[in-house]
Amino acid sequence: MTETNDTRPHMPLGLAQRGYTGVIQHLSVKEAASALSDIELESRLIELGFVEGARVEVLHEGLVGRDPIAVRVDSITIAVRRREAMAIIVA
Amino acid sequence: MELPLLHLALVGTPNSGKTSLFNALTGSRQKVANYPGVTVERKEGFFVTPQGRQVSVVDLPGTYSLRGRSPDEEITRDFVLGKASGETVPDLVLCVADSTNLRLTIRLLLELKRTGRPMVLVLNMFDIAARRGITVDVERLAKELGVPVVTSIAVRKGGTADLLTLTDEISARLAAEPQENTWRALSVGELRSTQREADRIIADCVSLPARPDTWTARIDAVVLHPVGGLIVLAAILFVMFQAVFAWAQPLMELLNSGFDALGEFVHATLPAGLLQSFLQNGVISGVGSVIVFLPQIIIIFLFILLLEDFGYMARAAFLMDRIMGGAGLHGRAFIPLLSSFACAIPGIMATRVIDNKRDRLTTILIAPLMTCSARIPVYTLIISAFIPAKDVWGFVNLQGLVMFGLYAAGIASALAVSFLIKFFMLRDYAPAPFMLELPDYKMPRLKSIVIGVTTRAKMFLHRAGTTIFSMMVLIWFLASFPQPPAGATEPAIDFSLAAIIGKALEPLLAPVGFNWQIAVALIPGMAAREVAVAALGTVYAIEGGKEAAEQIGQVLATKWSLATALSMLAWYIFAPQCASTLAVIRRETGSWRWMAVTFGYMLVLAYAASLLTYNIAVALGAG
Repeated sequence: MTETNDTRPHMPLGLAQRGYTGVIQHLSVKEAASALSDIELESRLIELGFVEGARVEVLHEGLVGRDPIAVRVDSITIAVRRREAMAIIVA
Repeated sequence: MELPLLHLALVGTPNSGKTSLFNALTGSRQKVANYPGVTVERKEGFFVTPQGRQVSVVDLPGTYSLRGRSPDEEITRDFVLGKASGETVPDLVLCVADSTNLRLTIRLLLELKRTGRPMVLVLNMFDIAARRGITVDVERLAKELGVPVVTSIAVRKGGTADLLTLTDEISARLAAEPQENTWRALSVGELRSTQREADRIIADCVSLPARPDTWTARIDAVVLHPVGGLIVLAAILFVMFQAVFAWAQPLMELLNSGFDALGEFVHATLPAGLLQSFLQNGVISGVGSVIVFLPQIIIIFLFILLLEDFGYMARAAFLMDRIMGGAGLHGRAFIPLLSSFACAIPGIMATRVIDNKRDRLTTILIAPLMTCSARIPVYTLIISAFIPAKDVWGFVNLQGLVMFGLYAAGIASALAVSFLIKFFMLRDYAPAPFMLELPDYKMPRLKSIVIGVTTRAKMFLHRAGTTIFSMMVLIWFLASFPQPPAGATEPAIDFSLAAIIGKALEPLLAPVGFNWQIAVALIPGMAAREVAVAALGTVYAIEGGKEAAEQIGQVLATKWSLATALSMLAWYIFAPQCASTLAVIRRETGSWRWMAVTFGYMLVLAYAASLLTYNIAVALGAG
């Protein structure tokens, strides 16, 4: 299912605006200044369906600092803070 | 031959419909307790298969994996592995999946398979999946996964028939093929590869239309709008509190007049004396004045359960995350704090969903500041005695508005305390992540709401029948003995132990405008806050005789100044005295220190708030 879209630059999901759609390229947990350890953060993201090739769409944003964001990940919706979403590289 | 009890365990991700399947299988044959040594709620139910096999089924806490990163998830893991102390290894594990959303459950199932337990995949909510155009090749899925797969519609009558039949078939050949447990915590790489494997199987067996739930999208467009969403949330909370105050009124009046009639009947039937006084003033007016609040407790739990079943609670957490984050709270704290409006005890227990220790401790410390239902009796009594029931701005009931204000004061002080904790105690603080699934909206089912509300109502009545009753007997005793000497002209209560204790405490409480009757009422309030109302009722009933017993509110209106009443309201925003909440804090934090801290800071706040309120009110001429 993995799709690479060479015409679009890679960017962290944490910077995406509402309405953004893309495909997860890889996880880069070092990029996120999360309180969790790298392994723990990566495990949790995978458990919630953030794996390579998954289609994502930013559906909603919170009021304060446009944070957190509600992300459609294939067939489910996950709420996540931008801080952690920095670990998800999309294109 | 009588077959031994078959043990089933329900495992699944959060929101997979596990609990509705559990309710469908067992109906009302459920018992709720705690797992030994931990405070995770253990729900077990019983049913009989079509072939007459007795089955026990345990509803395990929802989890995305077996890593066990919170106490709830550890229970699920240990239970499946047969490591939970005092528990039988389940004969059969039912892995429950929401048919519209298989990705995460299939991955969990692939992990569960490694434990070697006999297993069945239950595709729940199969009707909703069919309606959305999702088709599942059930046979192929079973072959690919290597476990039996059965569909079910938990919320429909007969929707679990296939599951029951399959349970019979499987239990007949259990133990024939014992398997080995090869499970160990998965590495990141293994997690990723099981998710890939799950996605491959789903691609082979499930055809998904490219059409998400349009209803959920439409509702979320409004409910999760950055500004509109907060307005909706505020409106829901406002309606909830107006309902608690306004809708419950007729029922409460009905209950009230019922207890009055009962008291009258006792008064007329029994000869005057100790027994008559005990039954009328101690038992009926005391316990009755607490049971009267049952309608309000039912309404508040009705709202909370409806919002939870509908799928709104996760949205509320999403909306509140950054706002609460400003005060040092985690978005997930919203649900425990909202439950604390019913009672701090389930609220504090619900903090287990917060996996960061500091976030959890902060939430536990401020949960008792949320206005619990036990304060409602105190607020209602004082508000209806002192605040006129007129409309302001044409449509808002002033009494309801004051009630709303008291709730708002509780919330504001909780946020302030949390901010101070973050600022002074937990300085080197990196916010824990907020990751939460926002499930599709579902129509709440009458049956599960009824089961939920009745359980809570029973718990309240049980408390009224035990703790509150024994406290009332004690208060009546203190207020009635010793009896006044013959020929005394003052009211009988002036000679009692209650008056002696109350008058000893009076100098301490005089600066906040409390008289000795209030001092007496605050002591049994330790057992349960609402007892304070009943205690005031008993004290004034014995002091004033029959007329006083009929309307505590009217008596208060004549005996207290407005300043004293407002001071009492301010005291109860904080009201440190609730022994059961303190006991739960002790248990959940595992330390006496945090219990003492909670009691101490709430006592200081209560005293300060009352002192301030009383003196301002007196200065404004309300003394």
